[in-house]
Amino acid sequence: MVVLAAVVFTFLAVGGPLFLVLAERKISAWIQARVGPKHVGPHGILQTVADTVKLLQKESIVPHRADVVLFTAAPVLVAVAALLDWIVIPFAPGVIVRDLNVGILYFAAVSSLTVIGILTGGWASNNKYSLLGGLRSAAQMVSYELPLGFSLLVVATLTGTLSTVRIVEAQPYPAHFYPSVIVAAVVFLIAATAEANRIPFDLPEAEAELVAGYFSEYTPMRFALFQLGEYGALLASSALFTTLFLGGWKGPFALPGVGPVVDGMVWFLLKTYAVVFFLMWVRWTYPRFRIDQLLNVSWKILLPVSMANLLVAGVLVVLG
Amino acid sequence: MPLDWAYVAVFALVGAVMAVLPLGVVWLLAPRSQYAQKRIPYESGIVPFGEAWSQFHVRYYLFGLAFLLFDIEVIYIYPWAVVLRELGGFALVEMAVFLGVLGVALAYAWKKGALEWA
Repeated sequence: MVVLAAVVFTFLAVGGPLFLVLAERKISAWIQARVGPKHVGPHGILQTVADTVKLLQKESIVPHRADVVLFTAAPVLVAVAALLDWIVIPFAPGVIVRDLNVGILYFAAVSSLTVIGILTGGWASNNKYSLLGGLRSAAQMVSYELPLGFSLLVVATLTGTLSTVRIVEAQPYPAHFYPSVIVAAVVFLIAATAEANRIPFDLPEAEAELVAGYFSEYTPMRFALFQLGEYGALLASSALFTTLFLGGWKGPFALPGVGPVVDGMVWFLLKTYAVVFFLMWVRWTYPRFRIDQLLNVSWKILLPVSMANLLVAGVLVVLG
Repeated sequence: MPLDWAYVAVFALVGAVMAVLPLGVVWLLAPRSQYAQKRIPYESGIVPFGEAWSQFHVRYYLFGLAFLLFDIEVIYIYPWAVVLRELGGFALVEMAVFLGVLGVALAYAWKKGALEWA
């Protein structure tokens, strides 16, 4: 039973990113008035499948004097970390792999494993671009983990629980919680974009200056695992945003003729993909920060704001 | 409780298998022809100048240190957040003091220039 659930969810977690890569290419083409993938399958929808088949047939190259063990382990770690996120995401009432009582703390813990994989990969490649990308990534991801953690804490304070299911059940939040909730949501969204290494925070990759950053030396399938982890993490943080701030599986009205499970899943996926779309929109609209600007945003703006916000949330709970 | 973590363990295991599986397929399907030039690390087309693993300035180490301190403090706040409703005003004042000290530490690091990328 457990193994079956794990296999099914793994396929979902692999299929989701495949779809996201296609969506990203379509949306970027649309925003920049380009054509985008068009020829493989109707409207190019099979493009990423064809790409995956192609990647499977490409030679694996390990650079000269690289650390082979770490070089191989890094993409696997990134992919597994993205998969582990999904355990605590509730898709619908009762549809969750496991409602851990430390849900959001667990999410924060496993999603931060990604940075270890990225730093390992950058270091093990024995390539200067990779190393620089890995080091930037470490600085960036640890910096944005703090505002992200404080946003999670605000939600935990307001709802009095760490379980994702009970957080969804506690929504919609009472009206006097809104100031705190909105600030936490904005901080969470910014920090999640940075954690996913996406524009305007994509310095670890920065193709104009670092070739491809930490995965410069990675040949096809290992590169694909990094991509899988990256898009998996993007989807998982959008799902967590939906769970914490957008009411999870709860919709504005019940869909006619379907049970609560289908209804919940439809609303949940709609909201999650709306968040994903928003992040893609941002990515193809804005330029990239410089590294000092990026760190200033986190340490000098987001961190003080979210610490103050936590106290405000505490006052609201005690008074309210 | 142990069952919860059994789920996590199984997921980690299945995830690792799913990640290694395509690497195995590549090992079976992909062509192999290795020669020395192919394995040179990419450095914009020139022969790499020295090793990547030389002495260099790890600029993020101050951020790393500051992160460690703050992250540990954040872990302390999780239990407080869950039980604040039962504990009431006194716990809130205590947390205000705790966060105040944390804020002073941040201001000190800021003033000392630990938050500059230099």
